[in-house]
Amino acid sequence: MSAEKKVAAYICKGCGLGERLDADALVNVAQKEGKVQLARSHDFLCSEEGVDLIKSDIANEGVTHIMIGACSRRAKTEAFYFPQNAVARANLREGVIWIRPDTEEARETTQEMAADYIRMGCAEIKAMSAPAGNPNTGSSRTLLVVGGGVSGMTAALEASRTGYPVVLVEKSGQLGGWAAKLWRRIPVHEPFKAPADTGVADMVAQIQADPNIKVYLNATVAKTDGAPGRFEVQIATESGSVATEDIGAIIQATGAEPYDANKLPELGYGKSPDVVDQAGLEALARAANGGPMLKPSNGKPVKSVAFVQCAGQRDAGGQHLSYCSGYCCNASIKQAMYFKDGNPDVDTTILFTDLRTPGNGEDFYRSAQEKGVIFSKGKVASVSPGADALTVNFHDLILDDKDARLEVDLVVLATGQVPNSGVDIEAPNKPQVEGGAADAATVEAKPISILNLQYRQGPDVPQLKWGFTDSHFICFPYETRRTGIYTVGPVRRPMDMAQAREDATGATLKAIQAIENAQLGRAAHPRSGDLSFPKVRLEGCTQCKRCTVECPFGAIDEDERRFPLFNESRCRRCGTCMGACPVRVISFENYSVDTVGSQIKAVDIPDEFSEKPRILILACENDAYPALDMAGMQHNEYSAFVRIIPVRCLGSVNTIWITDALNAGYDGVMLMGCKHGENYQCHFVKGSELGRYRLSKIDDTLKNLNLETDRVRDLEVAIADIEHVPAMINQYAERIVEIGMSPFKSF
Amino acid sequence: MSANAQMATKYKNNFLKEVEEQVEMGEWVKMCMQCGVCSGSCPTNFHPGWEHPPQEIFMMIRAGKREEVLTSPSMWMCTSCYNCIVRCPRKLPITHIMHGLANYAHRLGVAPKMQPTRSFAKLFWNNCVKTGRVNELKLSVGLYFKDGLSQGIRNGMAMKDVALGLLKAKRLNPFELFGGHKCKDQNGIHAMLKKARELEEKRKALKAAA
Repeated sequence: MSAEKKVAAYICKGCGLGERLDADALVNVAQKEGKVQLARSHDFLCSEEGVDLIKSDIANEGVTHIMIGACSRRAKTEAFYFPQNAVARANLREGVIWIRPDTEEARETTQEMAADYIRMGCAEIKAMSAPAGNPNTGSSRTLLVVGGGVSGMTAALEASRTGYPVVLVEKSGQLGGWAAKLWRRIPVHEPFKAPADTGVADMVAQIQADPNIKVYLNATVAKTDGAPGRFEVQIATESGSVATEDIGAIIQATGAEPYDANKLPELGYGKSPDVVDQAGLEALARAANGGPMLKPSNGKPVKSVAFVQCAGQRDAGGQHLSYCSGYCCNASIKQAMYFKDGNPDVDTTILFTDLRTPGNGEDFYRSAQEKGVIFSKGKVASVSPGADALTVNFHDLILDDKDARLEVDLVVLATGQVPNSGVDIEAPNKPQVEGGAADAATVEAKPISILNLQYRQGPDVPQLKWGFTDSHFICFPYETRRTGIYTVGPVRRPMDMAQAREDATGATLKAIQAIENAQLGRAAHPRSGDLSFPKVRLEGCTQCKRCTVECPFGAIDEDERRFPLFNESRCRRCGTCMGACPVRVISFENYSVDTVGSQIKAVDIPDEFSEKPRILILACENDAYPALDMAGMQHNEYSAFVRIIPVRCLGSVNTIWITDALNAGYDGVMLMGCKHGENYQCHFVKGSELGRYRLSKIDDTLKNLNLETDRVRDLEVAIADIEHVPAMINQYAERIVEIGMSPFKSF
Repeated sequence: MSANAQMATKYKNNFLKEVEEQVEMGEWVKMCMQCGVCSGSCPTNFHPGWEHPPQEIFMMIRAGKREEVLTSPSMWMCTSCYNCIVRCPRKLPITHIMHGLANYAHRLGVAPKMQPTRSFAKLFWNNCVKTGRVNELKLSVGLYFKDGLSQGIRNGMAMKDVALGLLKAKRLNPFELFGGHKCKDQNGIHAMLKKARELEEKRKALKAAA
C-alpha cells in the first residue's frame, strides 16, 4: 500500500438509484464537499465491469481509500471486497430510496438524505485506514479440555479427529465423570423404548488409544496465562509435579454435581436408607447387575418404588434450586424401567408436577406408560419412614386430593444439577434481584477456582445465573466472556448426556475457529475475521481504568506502570473501551471516535426556519442496523430527517458524539441497541448495558446545555423489529416537531 | 356374592388392572398423559352432571379409586361427539373408554340408578332388542313415565298437541302400543346378540389370561 492517501468516491446508479437520485449532483457533493480526489458514478457498480473500474483505479490511479455510495454495507460484501484498502459505504439504497416514497414532493428531501450520506461516507473514509491485523498472534494448535466426563471426552475426541492435539485434564483418577457411574443411559437411537448402554467404556478406550490426546488424571489447572493461540497452562498433578503446556484454546467441561439431597430431610433423605437420590439408584442398579434391586435397609427385593420429581428443584420458596434441570424426568423414566424391565409386577410410580422430556423423551415416556409405569401429577409434601415401608404424602394435583398417600419400599429423589463453575468473580458486584437473598442461598459457594486465569478480572469465566457460566442461550451458546475459552455441558446449563455431546462437538469447532483466527491476528465471534484491533495512545491516558474495568471480555490488563495493557487476541473488537474512554485515546484503524465524529459533523444542518429537523441515529450493527436494512427491503417508509450511523455496539458509543451532535444543531439523537440484563441480546454481552449506563448520565449534559431531555432517546431494538423500527423513528420525528427545533443551529 | 364384590376381590387393590382387563378399550387408560385436551374439548362444557372430566377419571383409575369411578355419573354424560378422540395427542379412544366404563359399571350394578342417560339407554336397548325394531311410541311413552305415574300423565298432557298433530299427519299409529311391528327374523336377532355376548366374554377372558 502506498503511503500517499488517495480517496475515491463511487456512486452507483443501479437498483433504481439512478432514477430516484441525481447521481451527478452526488458526484459533485463528493468532489466539492467531500473533497475526494476522484469521484465517479457507474450504472451498475457491483457488476464485474463496475468492480473492475474500482480495481483499475486502485492499480493505475493509486487509490487507497474507497467510498462506495450504493447499497447497505451489509449487501454485496463479496463484490466490494478490497482487503488492501480502507472501504466506507454510504447506504443510498436500503437507507434512502427504499425507505422514501417515490413522489415528486419527496424528491427534494430524498436527494438531501443521499447527499448527506455521501458527505458522511467521504468524512468517514478520510478518518479510516485499512486494518493490518493484530501482530501479537499465537501459534499453538493444542486444545485444552478441562474435565474428563462425557462432555470433555467428546470434545477431546472430536478435536483429535479434526487434527488438533488435545490435552485433557481430569481431577479424579479416572475418565467418565458421572456417566461412568450410570447403569444405563437414556436412549438416543430408535426406537427410544428402553435404557441403553452408556458407551462410556468405549469412549475411554478410544481416548486411551489416541496418541493425539494427552491425559492428565488426578490433575488440576494451577494457572492459565496468555491469550487465544498462546495460552500458557500449568497443570498440577497429585504427585505435586507441575507440567506446563502451550495451549491454543480451552474447553471447560467441568460438569455438575447432583444437588445435595441431605438438604431435603422432609423427603426422608438421611432418615431412611431406602430414600436415595438418582445417583444412589444408579449405584443400586449397578450392584444388582441386572438382577432384582434390593432395599438398602434389609436387602429384600424392592416391590414398589416412587420417584419424586423436582426434589429440591423449581423451588419458588428460595430454599432450594429455583430452576428445572431438564434431564431428571427422562432419568426417572429410565430408572423406573430398570424395575419394570426386570419384573413387570414391581409397582413404579413417578410423581411429577410437570413432566418434561426433551429430545426424543416423548417416545421414551410413552414406552414407559406401555410398560405400566404409573405417572401421577402430584406435589410431594413429605416422605415418612415406617416400620417396613415408606409413606409418600403428596397433593394429587389432578384430583386435588391434598392427603394422597402412597406406600412404597423405595423412594428416589430427582435432585437436579449444580454446576461446577468455579469462582463467581462477580459475586460481590451482583445486584440483588428479585428474591435476591433466596438466590444467594441456592448458589453454593465454590471457592476453588477451576481455570486459575491470570486475568485482572478474576480467575474463572463469568457466570450468568444460578452459577451457570455466562453464554447466550440461543445465539452463541458456547462463547464465554473470555475469548478462546468455551464452556460445554452442564456447567453452562443443566443438560443430559445427549445434549452434552452435542454441546461438546459444537464448542470444539468454535475453539478450533478461535485457534485459527488467533494465528492470523483476527477476531473471533461475533466479528469473526475482523483484522482491526484497539490501539491506545498512551501519552494521553490518564490511567482512569475505565477500559480495563468495562471490557466485557477481560482483554485489558494493567502493566507495571498501571497503563492499560491490551491483549489483542482476547479482544472481540466491540469498542466498549473506546466508548468508555473519557480522553478518547482508544481507537481502531477503521472505527474510532473520529470516524463516527467526522460523519456527525459532515451532515448539512438546515437552519431553524427550514422545517427540516435532523435526527442522528446511532444504531447497533448487530441487530438495529440489519433491522433498519430489512425495513428498507420491505419498503417500510420512515422520516427523511434521520441520518443513521452504524456502531459496533452501543457500548462503543462515546458520549462526545452525542454532545457534538447536539452542539452541531441536531434536533434529536436516537440510540438503538440490544436488550440488556439477564435475558440480554447484546452480541458483546455487556456492551449495551455499559453503553446505557453511560448514557443514563446524559440528562445532566442536556440540562447543562439547556436542552429538553427528550432530545436523546435510548431505544431497545431487536433484529425482528422490522415494522416497529420505522414506527419508532416516525414517532420520534413527530416528538421533535412538538418540542421544536434545536436552539443550537444558528451557532 | 354380587358381581361387583366378586370383581373387587379378584383384583384386590389393582383397579387399573381390572379396567384394563374388563373394560372395553381399558388398556388405553395407562397411556393418558394428563394434558387435559379432552376436558378442554368437551362441548358439554361440564354440565353439573360431569363430576370428573375424562383425564381425571383416568387419574382416579390409576389412583385405585374404584368405588368413586364406577358410581360416578360422569361417563354417562358423554354425548359421543368424538371431539376428545380427534384431539387427544396420545390417540386415546376416550369416547369408547367412557362408554366402556359406563357399561362395566352398569353390568356390575353399581352405576347411578336414576341417571337419565342410563335409563334411556336401558329403555332403548330393551325396546329394540325385543322385536328387532324400535317402537317409537312405546319408547316415548316409556320415557314419559320414567319418573312415576303422575309425572308421566303430566308429561303426556304437555305433549298432547304434538301427538294429535302427528296422528293427523299419519305419523303416529296408536295401535303400535299393542305389540307393534316386528322384524322378519326375531329369533335370528336374539341368536346374533347372544353370540356377540359370547364372543365378548371370550375376548375378555383371553385379555385377562395374557
